[in-house]
Amino acid sequence: MSKQVRQLDRVIIRFAGDSGDGMQLTGDRFTQETAAFGNDLSTLPNFPAEIRAPAGTMAGVSSFQVHFADHDILTPGDAPDVLVAMNPAALKANVRDVPRGSTIIVDSHDFGGRNLTKAGYEQNPLEDGSLEQFQLHPVDLTALTVEAVKGFGLSRKDAARAKNMFALGLLSWMYGRPADPTIEFLTTRFAAKPDLRDANITAFRVGWNFGETTESFAVRYEIKPAEMPAGRYRNVTGNTALSYGLIAASQRAGLDLFLGAYPITPASDVLHELSKHKNFGVTTFQAEDEIAGVGAALGASFGGALGVTTTSGPGVSLKSETIGLAVMLELPLLVCDIQRGGPSTGLPTKTEQSDLLQAMFGRNGEAPLPIVAPRSPVDCFDAALEAARIAITHRTPVLLLSDGYLANGSEPWLLPDVDALPDLDPAFTKAPPNGQAPHGADFLPYERDPRTLARPWAIPGTPGLMHRIGGLEKADKTGAISYDPDNHDRMVRLRQAKVDAVANDIPPTEVDDPGVETGDSARLLVLGWGSTYGTIGAAVRRVRRDGLAVAQAHVRHLNPLPSDLGDILGRYERVVVPEMNLGQLAMLLRAKYLVDVRSENQVRGLPFKAAGLADVLRQHLRDLEVAA
Amino acid sequence: MTLTGLAGVPTSDVDQGRKEYASDQEVRWCPGCGDYAVLAAVQGFLPELGLKRENIVFISGIGCAARFPYYLDTYGMHSIHGRAPAIATGLAVTRPDLSVWVVTGDGDALSIGGNHLIHALRRNLNLTILLFNNRIYGLTKGQYSPTSETGKVTKSTPVGSVDRPFNPVSLALGAEGTFVARTVDSDRKHLTTVLRAAAAHRGTSLVEIFQNCPIFNDGAFDAVKGKDGESALIPLEHGQPVRFGPGGRMGVVRAAGSSGVQVVDLDENGVDEADLVVHDAHAEDPTTAFALSRLTDAGLITQAPIGIFRQVEQQTYDDLARAQVDTAVGTSGRGDLAALIAGKDTWAVGEPRG
Repeated sequence: MSKQVRQLDRVIIRFAGDSGDGMQLTGDRFTQETAAFGNDLSTLPNFPAEIRAPAGTMAGVSSFQVHFADHDILTPGDAPDVLVAMNPAALKANVRDVPRGSTIIVDSHDFGGRNLTKAGYEQNPLEDGSLEQFQLHPVDLTALTVEAVKGFGLSRKDAARAKNMFALGLLSWMYGRPADPTIEFLTTRFAAKPDLRDANITAFRVGWNFGETTESFAVRYEIKPAEMPAGRYRNVTGNTALSYGLIAASQRAGLDLFLGAYPITPASDVLHELSKHKNFGVTTFQAEDEIAGVGAALGASFGGALGVTTTSGPGVSLKSETIGLAVMLELPLLVCDIQRGGPSTGLPTKTEQSDLLQAMFGRNGEAPLPIVAPRSPVDCFDAALEAARIAITHRTPVLLLSDGYLANGSEPWLLPDVDALPDLDPAFTKAPPNGQAPHGADFLPYERDPRTLARPWAIPGTPGLMHRIGGLEKADKTGAISYDPDNHDRMVRLRQAKVDAVANDIPPTEVDDPGVETGDSARLLVLGWGSTYGTIGAAVRRVRRDGLAVAQAHVRHLNPLPSDLGDILGRYERVVVPEMNLGQLAMLLRAKYLVDVRSENQVRGLPFKAAGLADVLRQHLRDLEVAA
Repeated sequence: MTLTGLAGVPTSDVDQGRKEYASDQEVRWCPGCGDYAVLAAVQGFLPELGLKRENIVFISGIGCAARFPYYLDTYGMHSIHGRAPAIATGLAVTRPDLSVWVVTGDGDALSIGGNHLIHALRRNLNLTILLFNNRIYGLTKGQYSPTSETGKVTKSTPVGSVDRPFNPVSLALGAEGTFVARTVDSDRKHLTTVLRAAAAHRGTSLVEIFQNCPIFNDGAFDAVKGKDGESALIPLEHGQPVRFGPGGRMGVVRAAGSSGVQVVDLDENGVDEADLVVHDAHAEDPTTAFALSRLTDAGLITQAPIGIFRQVEQQTYDDLARAQVDTAVGTSGRGDLAALIAGKDTWAVGEPRG
């Protein structure tokens, strides 16, 4: 039969199933196919902290949402156009996000008896009419898969597990995705297990053919490739991009990379990734605890390596004292905080931006340090390089604030020309030309560069520069222990001035305000930081489509803030700051600039939705109209 | 594998003396503090290693002993409480050309830093840890420590402490430390002998040093010092029967019915030298070394073995970690950044960039 083909400009698909159903893998493969096809895309994995919650329960539902389009897109999308639900719990957990009229494909196999009860259904939702508002496709994916792969001699359980590939095949057919990348992937992945390889490939193909032949799917969709800047692309998650950024920084600085880390969600993937790349001179050290992770990194920095530690909020709390020591020692150190829901253990697998104030102030004493936040998965690469630049140039610990959404989300990456990446010069202090200065007395370990106020980095093994550093207050220049009141006052101010001086080297803030050119600038500015960039941008587009004027700016350097930020805030009648916390950047802006910024907050463990944020902006614009 | 602890550290062709190792900082421990003796011994002993001074690093935590690095003209770091082994780990792994020393105390190493200590011992990093044990908190002015005897009356335990103390040697042997020794601050010769062996050991060397605090715990080790020391200290010499006391009258034998050992009076108990435990520091199994460590009094010390309890060769964490990096470079070649970031799944859009 011939199928109707309908053109779409964008689609949001959510795969949902039990934690053991392979939904992350299914989403990942669909994403790779979509990337290969040339759509722009953005993804949002969402999974429980429990590795294998009881099967079939709401607690065990894992999902993966992918948004792809024929134009550039900024977010993984608010609400799915298609929900693929592999069991009753996955349907129940996700159906409320699905807009009326959207498509729901359900594996009908488990919709009976206990499985319905486990999901909290009293009646079968496939039969009671409760899903009438959707285009519902109940398909017994399990039975079809088991039947299709029965020739491979697998147990029934293993056979049924291939149903995710059946679903992937069906969706790949429906949206015209190329099949080859998935066939190649399965061939490699199961190279050692031919039975599983053949069963999965068969399930994928049968799923595809099922779409093509069955009458229940009458329409195929076509989403043309997006017009993207020319070049070579790959798809990348934030944690992978961050790992590559760290390696790139070490290469550009000519320093060995040392990672001291303790496993913690959602940062562990950086440890995993870096541990694979030892041939880049990367050493990864899985420490006994968070404190040892940062301690070892600091020790490596003392020795002249690029010392890095990766963690999440609870880990930063444990590392605080060592980070304070690094502030005092004035050595380069990178602390990457992949933020998650807090406080305490909080929501380990969910996203939040609530560590900004911890990053700013979570140490004893006046202990300032620079803070950098990436704004998208791809930007994690550049942010890592920038954090390393600041750490190396300014001799300071730097906190990089990523989050769970950036860490696990992915998007296409126009690969950079590695030779054009910035050169990072560690500028170690060389041995005095006359050889060994007696007792190293001529060397002043706390003498400062007049522009950056950075101190020398003189590493062990350098003759003539032997010196001792430590956490006790130091005398200016000599670094000897000093309890002198005036000296302490001077050193506290010097350390602050050194961090403030980082602002001299950061580029002007980009403000997206199309009206400025015509002398008709917006009255409302939306200012964000970190992972809200895409959603804010999508919301701004929606508001502008209404013919309304709104400006957008995004802060990458959270400490010190860019020198032009105060002026920018002053140019707008109203400044709205959306954050996935209770207003942490807003508090800093109010304190520093005495500007009455409006805080828009959400702490649901999930990113903002563009539609909701657009409504918020429209309301602010109406307020301004009324006020005028 | 016969690498020594100093293999890979560049040697100096200049004669060195104690003077070169003294920094310009005024030493500020209390008069009579045992730390002075240890500092003098270390300053006197380091030149004999013949290393380039700039390739020696001392890292300390917090406490009286932790001021040690300031007084040595090498590279040094006075870090934070308990964390010196962690910091030294990062340095030792990345810099095989350095001789890395950790200076710590009973509170620093066994209380706040206990976790890092046992994991350094477990990993067997190429470090030498000097644990100054005065059985008291000195810098915070006299609270009981994790090695203080039960019932210790201090400012924080006015009616006596109720917790049992750690025996640092037993703890280190329990963590399967590859070099575990004990010495005494006032015995310069013994101290230097143990330090020499500790420095030569490739792996984590833990040296407990009995050290007197004249202000807050004066006399804690009087029973094992001076003339009395002869009957209180049990010197351990590899390959020798364990014998001590005036005229070698006391000895150590296997305890009947247990895996432990016990002290006997050879004259009174009719024990022959052939019945004595012969110390084997190189035994893979740390059981007998542990049994010997239990001869240390847990209360006031009137008896304690000293010397090298255990000294076995095992691969070090840092050597193995560096070998993995070297192997990766050898097998895959030095990493190509452009190839790394491209990965295996790329696609082209439009004209290839010029």
